[in-house]
Amino acid sequence: MKLYEMTAHELRDKIKNGEGTPLDITESLLERIDKTDKKINAFISVDRERMRKKASSIQIPSSIPPFAKGGVGGLLATTSLQGIPVAIKDNICVKGENTTCASKILSDFKPPYNATVIDKLESAGAILMGKVNMDEFAFGSSTETSCYGITHNPWDKMRIPGGSSGGSAAAVASGEAIMALGSDTGGSIRQPASMCGVVGLKPTYGRVSRYGLIAFASSLDQIGPITKDVEDAALLMNVIAGYDEKDSTSADIPVPDYTKSLINNIRGVKLGIPKEYFIKGMDREVEESVRGAIELLESLGGECVEVSLPHTEYAISVYYLVATAEASSNLARFDGVKYGFRSSQFTVHSSQSLMDMYNATRGEGFGSEAKRRIILGTYALSAGYYEAYYLKAQKVRNMLKMDFDEAFKKCDCILTPTSPTPAFKIGEKLNDPLAMYLSDIFTISANLAGIPAMSIPCGWTNSGLPIGLQILAAPFGEETIFKVAYTYEQNTEWHRMRPRID
Amino acid sequence: MTYEPVIGLEVHLQLSTKSKAFCGCSTLFGQEPNSQTCPVCLGMPGSLPVLNKTALEYALKAALALNCKVSDFVKFDRKNYFYPDLPKNFQISQYKWPLSKDGFLEIKTNNVNKNIRITRVHLEEDAGKLMHMDGSSLVDFNRSGIPLLEIVTEPDINSPKEAHDYLTLLKNVLEYLEVSDCDMEKGSLRCDANVSIRPEGEAGLGVKTEVKNMNSFKGVEKALEYEILRQNELVEKGGRITQETRLWDADKELTISMRSKEEAHDYRYFPEPDLVPFIIPESEIEEIRETLPELPHKRANRLVLEYGLSEYDAGVLTSEKTFADYFEGAAKGHDKPKALANWLMGDISYQLKLRGLKLQDLKVTPYKLRELVRLIDDGDISGKMAKDILIEMIETGKSSTEIVSEKGLSQISGSEEIESIVDAVLRENEKSVSDFKKGKEKAIIFLVGQVMAKTKGKANPKMVNEVLRKRLEYREV
Repeated sequence: MKLYEMTAHELRDKIKNGEGTPLDITESLLERIDKTDKKINAFISVDRERMRKKASSIQIPSSIPPFAKGGVGGLLATTSLQGIPVAIKDNICVKGENTTCASKILSDFKPPYNATVIDKLESAGAILMGKVNMDEFAFGSSTETSCYGITHNPWDKMRIPGGSSGGSAAAVASGEAIMALGSDTGGSIRQPASMCGVVGLKPTYGRVSRYGLIAFASSLDQIGPITKDVEDAALLMNVIAGYDEKDSTSADIPVPDYTKSLINNIRGVKLGIPKEYFIKGMDREVEESVRGAIELLESLGGECVEVSLPHTEYAISVYYLVATAEASSNLARFDGVKYGFRSSQFTVHSSQSLMDMYNATRGEGFGSEAKRRIILGTYALSAGYYEAYYLKAQKVRNMLKMDFDEAFKKCDCILTPTSPTPAFKIGEKLNDPLAMYLSDIFTISANLAGIPAMSIPCGWTNSGLPIGLQILAAPFGEETIFKVAYTYEQNTEWHRMRPRID
Repeated sequence: MTYEPVIGLEVHLQLSTKSKAFCGCSTLFGQEPNSQTCPVCLGMPGSLPVLNKTALEYALKAALALNCKVSDFVKFDRKNYFYPDLPKNFQISQYKWPLSKDGFLEIKTNNVNKNIRITRVHLEEDAGKLMHMDGSSLVDFNRSGIPLLEIVTEPDINSPKEAHDYLTLLKNVLEYLEVSDCDMEKGSLRCDANVSIRPEGEAGLGVKTEVKNMNSFKGVEKALEYEILRQNELVEKGGRITQETRLWDADKELTISMRSKEEAHDYRYFPEPDLVPFIIPESEIEEIRETLPELPHKRANRLVLEYGLSEYDAGVLTSEKTFADYFEGAAKGHDKPKALANWLMGDISYQLKLRGLKLQDLKVTPYKLRELVRLIDDGDISGKMAKDILIEMIETGKSSTEIVSEKGLSQISGSEEIESIVDAVLRENEKSVSDFKKGKEKAIIFLVGQVMAKTKGKANPKMVNEVLRKRLEYREV
């Protein structure tokens, strides 16, 4: 097996045994990128020099303590991703590196600061690879709205990789990155992970600092890992999770060592199956795979219980009011005054009005989906509509949250499909926003309720497309998710599947 | 028909915290443009606000001092509008749940007391500052994110004079709390006014205009006078007042229409998702209430009782906290507090004004003033000498005793010394002595003058007078 095909925990062992160095891994990945990224287009930018410099500078101590043992503190925490290259979604700020949100309006924007997760990765010894593609400002489920072009699904290049973290998922699935950071506002980590056949975790809201994540919808956004297997997700979570005084919404709750939840045993774990999630019109192969996964988990000692999430049908409506309202305000700062793109019609001594400058800059700088959402959100917050839309949506959001509170009284985790369909064809839904929005029907509720949820591969369609199983837990119940996901993974071979990219 | 003006005021006040409301940047005034900024107050993408606890504490202090009901539930909203001085193109403010509401301030105008109700006091962030030069505009974000208190009154003010008195008292109270320097010239206190008129005696409200851009209390008074007159004339001519925002032009002394109601912003307020709402425990609010200093009118009452000052003097001294502090620093345990008050309100105030100094810059400490007054009381120097000594104290920072001994200014009070000089003067001025004996009372003034001349003014005039009369009584012609 080539180095680029391996997981982070396998590479850690290689490094430890002297069978490879961080520089070897880096070169292997760069070679892979050269070979495949023309076809996949996962990366917006790769900082080769920075990678090589960092890889060469890493000193490997003669004996590194084993990862899975010991606490999160001390040497383990600071060296736990020593020499492992990580790809970063392009909405996470890296000091001095282009951070564009795949939008023309932020082309050439170089933040003067690191996101908190970037500082944490660097102090854990990770090698920052560069920035991966996404839907513009994370608005989308297909990575087709990027100003840097479409990212292709490594399993079928005619299909989308999912989105918005499509670049992160495609890079990991194609072997161009060992692991990646994504962000998830309505399913943007889990849905592409599902469609690319990799593992993606959206942590509990507040578990990972949002400082330096360019906000889409502040009350829904979370950064999380996209990895080749569950163990790698735990390793990455150990590094990025935790309270941050720079993020008022981050939770001041101790972070457990997630690798301790990598236990192949779910005896007695109650698995909730929501009746509302197995809907008519769901892809037959998706339903079969997910039901198969549930049966396997049951045979491994899990106890299935039916639960009800009665307000599920309102989730998409609520989401597209709350998320767009917040986005319309968050994106107001991109106005051509301070940084990023300004319409070339305007020079310092231009005689046109300020309003003209705003209009031209935002008109040229934002893509059509971004404009659609800004307009939608502005409308939802406008005087006379606020009560009927935004306020009502917040009330229903509370009811959705209460649905989960009730459900988790009866079960330890909830199992659902991640996406109602496998990856669809490029262009298939681009001009049908409503169909595109339905792609997130199973993932959106977790963001509205603030709960953690993971997608793991649970099968492939006959035509060779990955299918994802979603595991949801109560707030800060990531450990339960890791246990269930790890057990499933240890008893299946899906996580070893690698696409052939010709 | 006579019309009565109805005025409501909206004051924006910069809190004097060391760092900004939602980041750690310094709030120091007058620094190099954009030198006191960070990703947060520049509204850089990905940055997040974190509330400054001291700003909240100052805001609570002010709210409590203005007799407001304080909400224990703290929540912020976003006020959305585009302007280049607003880096995020929204302002973090409070809308649905202001920090406090339903307060009042009791003012006294033309000897009549009146409560001005305060609708709400809430916390928000300041914007940056635009500078226009050479046909282009520059932004300085040093001010961006400085904590701002918005204090809104009910339409309870019925004359420009009342508005002026309200602002003066408000500033006075806020200075006592030490939560703001209330400097209108530096922009740390700004005031907008809502003005309407109605037929006298009616209860309803007329159509209002909002007047902005006043930069002194006097300016507020003048702008209101102008705007009331304008509305009166308009209505008398049969015109109708339109709801609009008008700018005060201090040079031309008139208000100009800026935008109509139709052009008004829809601010699209919604809860700020980057700041988590929280509850302040009742005990913390009570703790802050207990740390509130004695406010001006209470202090004035106490000065009357404790130091026997007149109501007027107490009012003058407490109108600025520094004066009242200075007075009490000097007068504690002093047997003639009235004399100290007179020096403070008289010579010291005059010298401060003359020199453009502030009391806190004065080299004459309360203790030094006390010493000076003691020298007069002990008869060591005359009141007239003390005035000159005070000037020297202000200029050099020396104490009165130092100056007296350096210059040998000490008054001659020893009776033996005075007696011998008096005798010499009487010998040399036989004519005046006989004039006095003949009943010419005025002659004694000449003799006193002679003694004073001989002592170069150092003799205690009262004593000279006494000795002279005694000697003249027994003296044979």
